[in-house]
Amino acid sequence: MTALEAMPLWLALPVAALLVVGSTLAFLGALGLLRLTSFYERIHAPTLGTSWGAAAILLASLLGYSWLQDRVILHEIVIGLFVMITTPVTLMVLGAAALKRDREEGDPAVPPRAATGGHAPGHVERQG
Amino acid sequence: MRRLLPHPILSLGLLGVWLLLTRLSPGHVVLGSAVAVVAGWAFARIEPEAPRPRAVWPLVRLAGIVFLDVLRSNYAVARLLVGGGRQRRSAFVHIRLRLKNRLALGMLAVIITATPGTAWLEYDEQTGLLLLHVFDMVDEATWQDLIANRYESLLMEAFG
Repeated sequence: MTALEAMPLWLALPVAALLVVGSTLAFLGALGLLRLTSFYERIHAPTLGTSWGAAAILLASLLGYSWLQDRVILHEIVIGLFVMITTPVTLMVLGAAALKRDREEGDPAVPPRAATGGHAPGHVERQG
Repeated sequence: MRRLLPHPILSLGLLGVWLLLTRLSPGHVVLGSAVAVVAGWAFARIEPEAPRPRAVWPLVRLAGIVFLDVLRSNYAVARLLVGGGRQRRSAFVHIRLRLKNRLALGMLAVIITATPGTAWLEYDEQTGLLLLHVFDMVDEATWQDLIANRYESLLMEAFG
């Protein structure tokens, strides 16, 4: 912790603020996941954690460690990028599974499969 | 050029990630470039058709718009979760997409997923019909307009 104590105030303040914002968003996302009732509502809550929840914490880490190690550290950008690119894949697979289950059970709240399509849903895009 | 770099965007991205994960030095530029080029060849075996955006400027504008939208909807959804008091109704929305390019569709999926409050559930390649789930449903037309005119039109400009 000694190295952190030497951090100047102008940097410590934004780092702390970003950490608080990020962890609050992640916490709210977790709380929403717990409290919301249907599957489709619940998938919205964690996106707080995967978008600005993660981004703010990563930004704080980027700023803090760049100062501590006295060089520009950008690893965090890669983490953020991969979180962004991979979440849709998980979400589509989960969504397709939930839709299939609810349609087979005949849940009236779920819209029926759009006509013509014969093959399985959950069309996953390949990313570069 | 096409034979050396069948997937220029992929190779460039890989080199970028390589440099971000290592200390920047001429040696790593050479090593990273070699990995990027070989990975481009390998990927060309799986996916011969490389996406080539016609214009880059719409994508830059899109990135800016998405950045602000994600920030805004983070705030909106967080407030709703805390219990903003207002009655909220979540619902499914169907949207007919004009986009056909697979990379553009993938980018749209990333945008919709990264934005709290909207979830990409199902896309039908034949009909172009996308099923979304919206956390805070105000009015169906507003959402269709948002996706089609705010995001999709810029992606159409870039990928056609």
